[in-house]
Amino acid sequence: MLQTISVLLENKTGALMRATGLLTARGYNIESLTVAKTLDPTLSRMTIVVDVEPRLRAQVIKQMNKLINVLQASDLSESPSVTRELLLLRVRAAAEEGNNGPRTAILKEAEIFGARVVDSSVEGFALEVTGDTEKLDEFIDVMRSYGDIEVTRSGAVAVSLDPKKLRLSPPVPRGAEPTTVNVES
Amino acid sequence: MLLECLVREGVECIFGYPGGVTLPLYDAMYDNPIRHVLVRHEENACFAAQGYARATGKVGVACATSGPGATNLVTGLVDAMMDSIPLVALTGQVPTKLIGSDAFQEADTFGITRSCTKHNYLVKNIHELPEVIHEAFYIASTGRPGPVLVDVTKDVFQGQVHYTPVTSIHLPGYKVHADGHTGQIRRAAQMMWEAQRPYVYAGGGIIHAGAHQELRELVEILDAPCVNTLMGLGAMPSNHPNFVSMPGMHGSYAANMGMYNADLLIALGVRFDDRVTGRLAAFAPHAKVIHVDIDPAEIGKIRNADLPIVGDVRRVLQKLNPVLRELEPSMAARNSASRRAWWSQIRAWKEEHPLTPATSSTEIKPQHAVAEIDRLTRGEAIVTSDVGQHQMWSAQFIRFNHPRLWINSGGLGSMGFGLPAAIGAQFACPEKTVVSIVGDGGFQMSVPELATIASHGLPIKIIVLNNGYLGMVRQWQELFYNNRLCSVTLDSFPDAEKLAGAYGFKGRTIEHVHELRPALEEAFAENGPYLLNIRVSPTENVYPMVPAGGAINEMVLAQPQPVAVP
Ligand SMILES: Cc1ncc(C[n+]2csc(CCOP(=O)(O)OP(=O)(O)O)c2C)c(N)n1
Ligand SMILES: [Mg+2]
Repeated sequence: MLQTISVLLENKTGALMRATGLLTARGYNIESLTVAKTLDPTLSRMTIVVDVEPRLRAQVIKQMNKLINVLQASDLSESPSVTRELLLLRVRAAAEEGNNGPRTAILKEAEIFGARVVDSSVEGFALEVTGDTEKLDEFIDVMRSYGDIEVTRSGAVAVSLDPKKLRLSPPVPRGAEPTTVNVES
Repeated sequence: MLLECLVREGVECIFGYPGGVTLPLYDAMYDNPIRHVLVRHEENACFAAQGYARATGKVGVACATSGPGATNLVTGLVDAMMDSIPLVALTGQVPTKLIGSDAFQEADTFGITRSCTKHNYLVKNIHELPEVIHEAFYIASTGRPGPVLVDVTKDVFQGQVHYTPVTSIHLPGYKVHADGHTGQIRRAAQMMWEAQRPYVYAGGGIIHAGAHQELRELVEILDAPCVNTLMGLGAMPSNHPNFVSMPGMHGSYAANMGMYNADLLIALGVRFDDRVTGRLAAFAPHAKVIHVDIDPAEIGKIRNADLPIVGDVRRVLQKLNPVLRELEPSMAARNSASRRAWWSQIRAWKEEHPLTPATSSTEIKPQHAVAEIDRLTRGEAIVTSDVGQHQMWSAQFIRFNHPRLWINSGGLGSMGFGLPAAIGAQFACPEKTVVSIVGDGGFQMSVPELATIASHGLPIKIIVLNNGYLGMVRQWQELFYNNRLCSVTLDSFPDAEKLAGAYGFKGRTIEHVHELRPALEEAFAENGPYLLNIRVSPTENVYPMVPAGGAINEMVLAQPQPVAVP
């Protein structure tokens, strides 16, 4: 089973490499990775989907938490969470004279999946849709049946639904010493 | 400005090697009180800085130029990482505007050293420099210590900015869990008194935390047997009645049997290294585990802890020992009979297969040579070792009475470590006797540093246990590869007297048993450096031995002897 890791880390050079480097150093292939600034622009939130052996998962999380740039890493596969992915898909469906067949069908399907049209041309459409991985897989399958497609997926973004984990501001690690220290003696 | 930061961090000594982009730094050093020791290879700058740090507990500082200088540091950084040694490495980087252009001597030091360090920095803006330097020292020396690298571009070195004191640093993601959980500590104390066969397994963490007093107190309150790992030797004085010896692959029979039979392992500042545990399923199979470590990631990494305590082992023991005392009157009597039986069992194991150095009347056994060094140094000298058989014999037969005397590359096992580490240790402790016990293989990796030793007249006693082989590898080829010896013969070794003489100090080679004692005495009596090359039995193996992946209660105790036919 894939593991979804959520990492809150400093928005600094090398921070991303450090977090992902822990996985690559252990020979794990990262399935998906998303990262962007949080409400506090000095911090980023990263969602990593990776296939780690179950017995090593806790160890990987602990090692991530040890990184100097990481404020908190947590395993979302363990607790209630929502995962969403954004898909941008182009499908070729040229408008033919007197016959709008596939184009109408495509738009119907898009509606069923809650997809939006972001571009429409005589060649076809560009669509955007969000959902969990399975839904997007399905959407791709359906669109493929109408013609050539091109796909870009964002990778998963996830949020924990654990009531204890609702944090509007950056969390302060529990049980740790203050990390602001006086260097003047 | 960089030097100003270093002075404020209390740096007295840097081990390094200059180059193009660090020229401005060296120019500033010209009239700065910080001492710069010019080593003869950057790898040795890292090892020497480690020797300095290991001998004192202070942060060691190494310095190298960009490109090849920086890449030469890598082994030393990984080594420091594995053994949790506080180190700050400063490297030069090409000017900011040339980064990424394949400039002369450009290397992605920041990228290369990311996984070799506890943390690393690339500084392109001089205004960031003071904060970064102070952060680097703070990170290197706190929590679980480790190496931090700061890569500084040439333009930053050249910048002329007045140093404004940094009053605080902010590391929002850096967590140091120093104080153990009070409730857990109480439960631990209870478990300790409830155990019938308690066993203290103490490692390098004790040395790093300076917890040797507290360890001794704990061991004495409980009257428990105690073993010290390779990294922890000296944590308990070796002449202490409760000290058993070193456990593990080349540990003693008693130490390993104790580990195997204990019902409670009190694991303090250890990481259940595979060289200690052997086959995990057969490691302390009957024991509950109390694991104290400052690094939460070590808890449960290898062996599940029945009672984990995350914290600085010194602070934890400072809280734990009073609780043990408090519970003593009500709990100590409970298992006293089984504890007495436990002790007599351990004594019996010790007597059954004592760890005694082999000797011979015809040749110098390496163990014998180490025992003689022990006799002369009486557990008071700093002994650095390289990696191989001689390292194991030194660990077995030198009886350290204090922490920070035994300096060796444990986790990484880097050949070439011993001699430069001795240089660092001698700079750190000029008044102390420093002995470097090295193999004939590792010594030849460090030969350039004889120049550093000579130019500073460091009175290091370099003792080569010369078996003519990459002994440890030969041992494995003999035991596990049908004695098909391949590329392990060291059939050329320089004449020690001439080699040392070429650098301007004394050296000598001996090969007869009767020369051993006088030669060592001569070496120790010498005021300057001394290179003593001891030709030892070439095919001696290190025993006892737990073959890799073997069970610790199934040690091979000695070389199978050919049976004499009557
Ligand atoms: C840099 C490095 N290369 C290779 C090894 C593998 N290795 C471990 S022990 C050893 C032999 C060391 O020979 P020597 O220095 O003569 O010591 P001895 O074992 O003979 O006492 C080797 C090659 C190592 N530990 N480090
Ligand atoms: Mg050798």
